[in-house]
Amino acid sequence: MAALRLQNLRKSFGGLPAISDVSLEVAPGERRLIIGPNGAGKTTLFNLVTGDLPRDAGNVILFEEDVTRLAPHHRVHRGLARTYQIITLFPKDTLEHNIALSLLGLSKLRWNAFRSFDADLYVEARAVLARVGLEHLAKRGIAEVAYGDKRRVEIAMALAQKPRVLLLDEPLAGLSREERATVKQLIAAIPREVTVVMIEHDMDTALDMAERITVLHYGRVIVEGTRAEVVADPKTREVYLGH
Amino acid sequence: MLFLLSAGFSLIFGLMRIANLTHGALFMLGAYLGVSILKLMPNLWVAALLGGLAVAAFGGLLERFILRKLAGNILGQVLVTLGFAYIIADLCLVVWGGDPIPIPTPEFLQQPLRVAGFAFPAYRVAVVVLSVLVGMALHLLMERTRLGAMIRAGVDDMQMARAVGIPVSKLFTLVFCLGAGLAGAGGVIGGPIMSAYPGLDADMLPLALIVVILGGVGSLAGAFAGSFITGFVYTFGVALFPQLAYVILFLPMIFVIAFRPRGLFGKFAA
Amino acid sequence: MKLAALACLLVAFPLVGGEFYVNLASQIFIFAIFAASINLLLGYGGLATLGHASYLGVAAYTSALLGLKLGLGHWIAAPAALLGTTLMACLFGLIALRATGLGFLMLTLALSQVLWGTAYRWVALTDGDNGLRGLSRPFHLDDAASFYYFALAATAASLWLMARFVGSPFGAALRGTRDQPRRMSALGHNVWLIRWVSFVYAGFWGAVSGLLFVYYHKYIHPISLSLTNSAEGLLAVIAGGSGTLGGPVVGAAIVMLLKNYVSAYIERWNTLLGLVFVLIVVFMPEGVVPGVKRLWLRFASRT
Repeated sequence: MAALRLQNLRKSFGGLPAISDVSLEVAPGERRLIIGPNGAGKTTLFNLVTGDLPRDAGNVILFEEDVTRLAPHHRVHRGLARTYQIITLFPKDTLEHNIALSLLGLSKLRWNAFRSFDADLYVEARAVLARVGLEHLAKRGIAEVAYGDKRRVEIAMALAQKPRVLLLDEPLAGLSREERATVKQLIAAIPREVTVVMIEHDMDTALDMAERITVLHYGRVIVEGTRAEVVADPKTREVYLGH
Repeated sequence: MLFLLSAGFSLIFGLMRIANLTHGALFMLGAYLGVSILKLMPNLWVAALLGGLAVAAFGGLLERFILRKLAGNILGQVLVTLGFAYIIADLCLVVWGGDPIPIPTPEFLQQPLRVAGFAFPAYRVAVVVLSVLVGMALHLLMERTRLGAMIRAGVDDMQMARAVGIPVSKLFTLVFCLGAGLAGAGGVIGGPIMSAYPGLDADMLPLALIVVILGGVGSLAGAFAGSFITGFVYTFGVALFPQLAYVILFLPMIFVIAFRPRGLFGKFAA
Repeated sequence: MKLAALACLLVAFPLVGGEFYVNLASQIFIFAIFAASINLLLGYGGLATLGHASYLGVAAYTSALLGLKLGLGHWIAAPAALLGTTLMACLFGLIALRATGLGFLMLTLALSQVLWGTAYRWVALTDGDNGLRGLSRPFHLDDAASFYYFALAATAASLWLMARFVGSPFGAALRGTRDQPRRMSALGHNVWLIRWVSFVYAGFWGAVSGLLFVYYHKYIHPISLSLTNSAEGLLAVIAGGSGTLGGPVVGAAIVMLLKNYVSAYIERWNTLLGLVFVLIVVFMPEGVVPGVKRLWLRFASRT
């Protein structure tokens, strides 16, 4: 049973095809990397998987369940989580509040309109922050925290949802060398129960994080396989000519 | 007649994404200005032109100095335009008094038109014809001229347009002036049908809203279709169920929104 | 401590204030509930609404009509009015929330105008421009002081419940949808449903303020359903600051006081209202209270 299966996905924007007939399959626990030059359609693909964008044709199947018609927040309840390329945290709130909102998303508590926002949620939020090494910043506002730390909060937020499939959209973008090493370590430490699909467009940095790689170009899959296979394939080099 | 009012509103709403709540008041201002101008120069069309220009100028000032500062602040724009609507309405009350002032129909259009055995009020026919002409002119402006192309580019993607060198800010002021001018002229032209009275703005604004929401934002064809449908429904509704006239008026709009948030021809959801 | 002192002040007020002031205070309370309910949507939900007077008006008219035409007592009329208005809020929410931002605003305006126009024209039901008069207050609270305490209790209860709402997990989720709706969706929150529930809840409190309104005035007129009324509510929120629950209350006081005193001296209340809108938005967009603080600090640092 595949963790994530995409069948013949298609999406155009007013006549411009962004995704043309993409099919792929990710096994449970796998670490998949999706790469391709800018404009290849990687983030669009993610948006189709999460439901942020409605598809023109094709199916998205999560653990053998067709979620194509489900709204984004329903897919989250089926075990899908993602981070964004541009950090979209809640700027006016503390780190622990951000994580708490993430925990609330899947908890029945979120419909409770009477009792106080419990300190319990914050305790659990701090535990999540501890797992990414940011507990000491729990009470700081998001705006005051370094970019690399914000990235870690993004990932922590997604992990707090205990997802079955985690989509990471360019998790290393904009990070300094040390920050990148920290985040890579974080990603490597994600437990095997979670299937990880990552987008990166900088091939060198991301190669060693992946087991299988899918190369996207102009909305199509042009190469797919293990690291060795993809690196050796002449089409890959063609796509990255001058890169 | 509704078309003139709504086209301006649709332009401003669709192109600049500004909810111009002053629009009704601008219409009324035009009507009152028309009254005064007519005293000097008893030609309705000239009055409409001058009234339209005056209101357009006012609109331009409003946009340039105040609305520009509030770009992106939706609530702010709404409140400011609302505030100005109140100010204008009150000023009209002060200057022209509280009694309705009728605007006379131009002489040669006073006789009803007899076509195929039916008698139509000639003036209203003229207004419809005028609306069609204005509509076509606007359409040509938007689709065939460079100016129109630039405006459309500004609407579709403001940043790209700026990057390509299109003076978006000046264009926006122009569009606002155009919209305001249409409203003002519309007020004068609508004068013989509606008269100028305090409260005209409050009666007109919801109509403009309905037309634009119904017809779709950013589309002239939508404003046109919307005006016809609304005008039609209103006339019949008022005749059949006067107490529920307002409900009937809004029903098509609500119906359309429920099933098609973009309106009939809209480019994007309101 | 401060709260206790305030409470004592409020309770003691009718003993020292004259009847005019006590009545004014009651009106402020009613308006405060109205403004606070708008703020639930504006400040906490990020949804600007221009049609809130609908709930005030419909609740008031329903209560009045049930009393006048059907002779029902307040025991039945009040819950019926609240229920009816809340159901209407459910319906309006379904329609208005088909859009967001500007579209939402336009739809709330449009819906509110339907009611306003209908109230004027459906003369058989509402007596149109004459309004409905000869209404009664529940419990025969006909003197200023006893109504004051009634209004004070109602306002305190309403604000307390709204505070629980805002401080609850649901309230936190609502604020999340205000700041980052797409993110909230990606975290599993049903953004539309959160907004709809909040919309209905805010409508409910608008209805409550409507009941108090019609009890106080013993009269209702279509103008209470007008855009002006909704706009004044918005003004109160903005004047007091939309970031807190107490802001709108302060704003309500400011607007009420302005209306009562200034309109005695200045005839052109409408122009003033318009000017105030423009000035506040252009110069003090965060609200009068923070804005004044800011200007004061700037002035103080110069001297």
